[in-house]
Amino acid sequence: MKQRDRGKPPSAGYPRLKHPLVRDEKGGPLRRASWDEALEKATEGFRRIRAEHGPDAFGMFSCARATNEMNYVAQKFTRVIMGTHNVDSCNRTCHAPSVAGLSAALGSGGGTSSYEEVETTDLIVMWGSNARFAHPIFFQHVLRGIRNGARMYAVDPRRTSTAEWAESWLGLNVGTDIPLAHAIGREIIHAGLANHAFIERATSDFEEYKAEVEPWTLSVAEQVTGVPADAIRDLAHAYATAERAQLCWTLGITEHHNGTDNVRALINLSLLTGHVGRYGSGLQPLRGQNNVQGGGDMGAIPDRLPGFQNVLDPETRAKFEAAWGTTLEPRHGRNLTAMFEAMESGELRTVYCIGENPAQSEADTGQAVERLQALEHLVVQDIFLTKTAELADVVLPATAAWCETDGTTTNSERRVQRVRKALSPPGEAREDIDIICDIAERLGHEWKFADSQAVWDELRSVSPDHYGMTYERLAEHQGIQWPCPSTDRIEPTYMHGRLWETDPAKRGKAAAFGIVKHDPPVDLTDEDFPLRLTTGRRLDSYNTGVQSGSYASPLRRGEYIELCPEDAAQYGVVTEEEVRVTSRRGSVLAPVWVDPALRPGLAFMTMHFPDEVDTNQLTIEANCPIAGTAEFKASAIRIEKLPVAAAVRS
Amino acid sequence: MDLRFGDSKPTDEEKAAVDDLLGPPTSAWEGADDRSTGDLRWAQGGREARERRDLLLPGLHAVNDRVGWISEGALSYLCRRLTVPPAEAYGVATFYSMFSMRPRPATVVHVCTDIACAAAPGADDFKADVERRLGPSGEAREGVVWEPSPCLGLCERAPAALAIRAGVQGCPALAGSTAQDATATSAPASASASLTEERTYATAVVAPATAEAVEAAARAPQDAPEEPDAGLAVPQAGDPSLKLLSRIGVVDPASLDDYRAHGGYRALRRAFKLGPAAVLREVTDSGLLGRGGAAFPTGRKWQATAAQPDQPHYVVCNADESEPGTFKDRVLMEGDPYALIESMTIAGYATGAHKGFLYLRGEYPRALRRLEHAVEQARTRGLLGPDVLGQGYAFDIEIRRGAGAYICGEETALFNSLEGNRGEPRSKPPFPVEKGLFGKPTAANNVETLVNVLTVLELGAEAYAAIGTGNSTGPKLFCVAGSVERPGIYELPFGATLGDLLQLAGAAEGLRAILLGGAAGGFVRGDELDIPLTFEGTREAGTTLGSGVVLALDSTVPLPQILLRIAEFFRDESCGQCVPCRIGTVRQEEALGRLAERTEGPGAADDIALLREVGEAMRDASICGLGQTAWNAVESAIDRLGAYA
Repeated sequence: MKQRDRGKPPSAGYPRLKHPLVRDEKGGPLRRASWDEALEKATEGFRRIRAEHGPDAFGMFSCARATNEMNYVAQKFTRVIMGTHNVDSCNRTCHAPSVAGLSAALGSGGGTSSYEEVETTDLIVMWGSNARFAHPIFFQHVLRGIRNGARMYAVDPRRTSTAEWAESWLGLNVGTDIPLAHAIGREIIHAGLANHAFIERATSDFEEYKAEVEPWTLSVAEQVTGVPADAIRDLAHAYATAERAQLCWTLGITEHHNGTDNVRALINLSLLTGHVGRYGSGLQPLRGQNNVQGGGDMGAIPDRLPGFQNVLDPETRAKFEAAWGTTLEPRHGRNLTAMFEAMESGELRTVYCIGENPAQSEADTGQAVERLQALEHLVVQDIFLTKTAELADVVLPATAAWCETDGTTTNSERRVQRVRKALSPPGEAREDIDIICDIAERLGHEWKFADSQAVWDELRSVSPDHYGMTYERLAEHQGIQWPCPSTDRIEPTYMHGRLWETDPAKRGKAAAFGIVKHDPPVDLTDEDFPLRLTTGRRLDSYNTGVQSGSYASPLRRGEYIELCPEDAAQYGVVTEEEVRVTSRRGSVLAPVWVDPALRPGLAFMTMHFPDEVDTNQLTIEANCPIAGTAEFKASAIRIEKLPVAAAVRS
Repeated sequence: MDLRFGDSKPTDEEKAAVDDLLGPPTSAWEGADDRSTGDLRWAQGGREARERRDLLLPGLHAVNDRVGWISEGALSYLCRRLTVPPAEAYGVATFYSMFSMRPRPATVVHVCTDIACAAAPGADDFKADVERRLGPSGEAREGVVWEPSPCLGLCERAPAALAIRAGVQGCPALAGSTAQDATATSAPASASASLTEERTYATAVVAPATAEAVEAAARAPQDAPEEPDAGLAVPQAGDPSLKLLSRIGVVDPASLDDYRAHGGYRALRRAFKLGPAAVLREVTDSGLLGRGGAAFPTGRKWQATAAQPDQPHYVVCNADESEPGTFKDRVLMEGDPYALIESMTIAGYATGAHKGFLYLRGEYPRALRRLEHAVEQARTRGLLGPDVLGQGYAFDIEIRRGAGAYICGEETALFNSLEGNRGEPRSKPPFPVEKGLFGKPTAANNVETLVNVLTVLELGAEAYAAIGTGNSTGPKLFCVAGSVERPGIYELPFGATLGDLLQLAGAAEGLRAILLGGAAGGFVRGDELDIPLTFEGTREAGTTLGSGVVLALDSTVPLPQILLRIAEFFRDESCGQCVPCRIGTVRQEEALGRLAERTEGPGAADDIALLREVGEAMRDASICGLGQTAWNAVESAIDRLGAYA
């Protein structure tokens, strides 16, 4: 068998885009163009389609890696110039359920704690999160917490590298998070460990919750989740009795067809025990992009205006309408998932895609590419010629946010931090905001932002949560967490302290228990598709590999279908042997890797090497109805040995 | 923990060795053979598992004692059991000279080639004869390999050798297990283990050694004659004026009753009567200074430890005696083991510790046996354990074996070694009294220092302080070896001169040089007999008392060769952590090697200038005492003895 050396960057890596490209006719090649020509072509398409099909035929994919300022300008472009709320980003494919769940329960979509609190807490629960690999920086804080005496629990179908650090690892069945959470909740209630003082003061719907979890005894939960009753009891008691506890989750919770329900089930546990709104106790969805938090905060989502303010609220709208000199539709726009559906139905005809690669990051990529191809007019603004850019009519070369732009980004702990320009972009590549403004100007809106600070100050004037964060203060404090309504003071590191107020007026709206039910994964395993495939990340690579693939890593070994030793033996396959992996949607060839972290019936793949093995051909586009996130974490597959001749890689 | 394992598997015997120490694995994640359904759904570990890291060194010993070397499979298995990354464990295993990560014969013979043995008459012939019989060093022949060794602490009986044969039966008790579960020495579970005599663990100390005796010990270590009584290392034995050595050669070192019949446990009883604060005061008022070489006031160290709010506190006995030429601690432990147990208990009581670690040099098999027996006996009699002497004070001692690393005698390196890390010294501050073993307040004392505490409490601080001089109080042990008629341990009150001591030991006339304080000490001339043997007296004379080594060298000794041996020693034993020492010790050895070849001419002057420069750099910039003193002896030989002049 041919040995592959994945540590080296692929010879066909992604070269940096240095000049604009245009396509003269559908199906024709991309050719080099001047900025003037490219911008004119981009603008002409937007103008024409808006005129012919109305504002909602336009969609904006904004970028979770770009600055807050870019995201602010991109959503403003969408809302003010194109006149639609159709703006979203890849946060839809990861943490939209976290935002939806947290906003529904607590009124705000951000994680409630700060990194420093993880270092001083007593208990850390990592649920559906291999942070050791996927969030290595956050995990440094976890490790510091562990060294300071915190105990860590890991809930994950696989015994991941994160789980190896845990006091206790609970290996549940994929998609049984709600039964496990409910059983923990029931055990806490029955053991008399619920924090009734907090429940009565600060929550609502407890009785309904109590009734909902009542059937989930430890033994019923053991049947459904596969986790021994003792292990569930142990976690329940540890969480309830800890003086401080952090509940952290990642895509293992959110990338399900009922991701928002999963999030609610976890939030319930914090409400039950009062582990929220206090220093050291909180809820932390771990975000994966440097600015996936900020993109949403800036309003680059279809249901929120900058500062996470509700589109449906008339007062809020009036404020923005006055500030922007426009009128805003009193309804939500389409989210990323809905935009893809609207491409198929022909309601969405043009997309301005900034720094995103949905052709490879969406579930069921075959379908995603077809839908993108169906667009009349696709403009992609990126630093690389991605698979999505290859489908575009106009490709605009932009700057790398982290080193070629000035601005700010917002991390998982809501901390806004400055980004400073260190390099000039190569070739003719231009600042994202300048490109957007240039198109805006061609569409009749003369936007003049002197620099990123001017954008930021405009944002501050419309977003109370950001008002207190001047560039000077951001520099002075090495970043500031929102909310920061005043230029005079810094708020506590944790949110929702109001819930602990004795005065009902200060306490505000009660946090509601989420009454959610178990709903197993859509893609059922059966005789034809006996294996449960779950997907995830590795330490050495980042998402679809556009940004990490061109750097060498001694750890990187490329894409594999990972099986447990028992399954590998049963199928008679060995490491590096290529097999066919088939789901109800697609089929790919992938070599085998044997990983003892898995158990019989459970297989694992990543999405880091879509050019080698397009894992998302296998995954299912079963979406969370609330947040629109697809069920990347649970597909049913089978593997087949290849005929001997074909097993030799060319 | 991030653990990456290779494919190597342990043999049944290696597995049994580890399991005897740690108990059987509780799950497949810990290395059990089959993955149960439960394993695939629930794994426990975390802090509890990681906190067993300190069992790494005992685990390495367990495998090495049984198999003779440590295979990758054995290391992986041990790492899995203790959640230690294999790469780190490899770093630890290869740190110690007594372990091998490559296959080697079951029997390893360590032949001392250090200063005292190298200076012994006929040393070259002896080595040549050993080579003739056992082959070149490092080459396995007929199940035996021999290696040159740094000082084995048997200088009074030079030349010396130590044979160790790995085997299933009779391995030393595995440290880490306390008395309650110390059943590890019983027969292993593994049925495949052969019970023939060939597979019995055995050690043999051969001193004074002849090549013939070394060969015999190598072939059949279990049949080697018993070592001479420890009392024979004390020429003054029986002298009623002795304090520290009073029981050596007098009591049966195995008998607790005999110890008590000769005054044992009187000091502890007095300590309980006084209470911890008063014990601290007594020790402080006695003026007792540490005898390990640094001469730090023991009372201050104990008080600082006792005063720390952080809990728990630890007592560590530094019995990693490996300064070349030093053997006093060995004689104390072999001849009067209970005295050390009692004094550690007092130290624990005074500093508020309930656990003591006795870090014993790996090359001292008889001291290990005697101390293990003594700890066992003390536990049985309630002199260690939850209720010492019925006074409601809990204290216990765990013996941990070193594995051949001079640097582990440095206290912070010793802590790292105990914790299962490479024995590399830590930067100070924080000092051990604040953050020592496991990051907790720790009183670390040398064996001789601790034994002095018994005398302090028996005589009272005032009477003790009256012995010796104003700044150096109490009795002091000296390790006298080399060109003397009666080598051994001598006890003299501080204040006696070098001449007094040498006269007592019967030194030859016209000594070329006397090495004071070991390899880290310095040379004085044979005619400097008026130097008072006190801390301040030696300091004034521009030399050091160090650990009490007095090695007399007559004019037949080839000085350049001795200096080269010292340099080789430091180069070998440098832990490599800091640059001045790592590079400096190599450059020093190279320069001395050139000088040994050719002592005159401009080249020699250049090399001496280079030595000075390198020596200064090491002294100024090394992290610990090893690098700081690595140039002392050479410097004194050049300046005082006129070597290479």
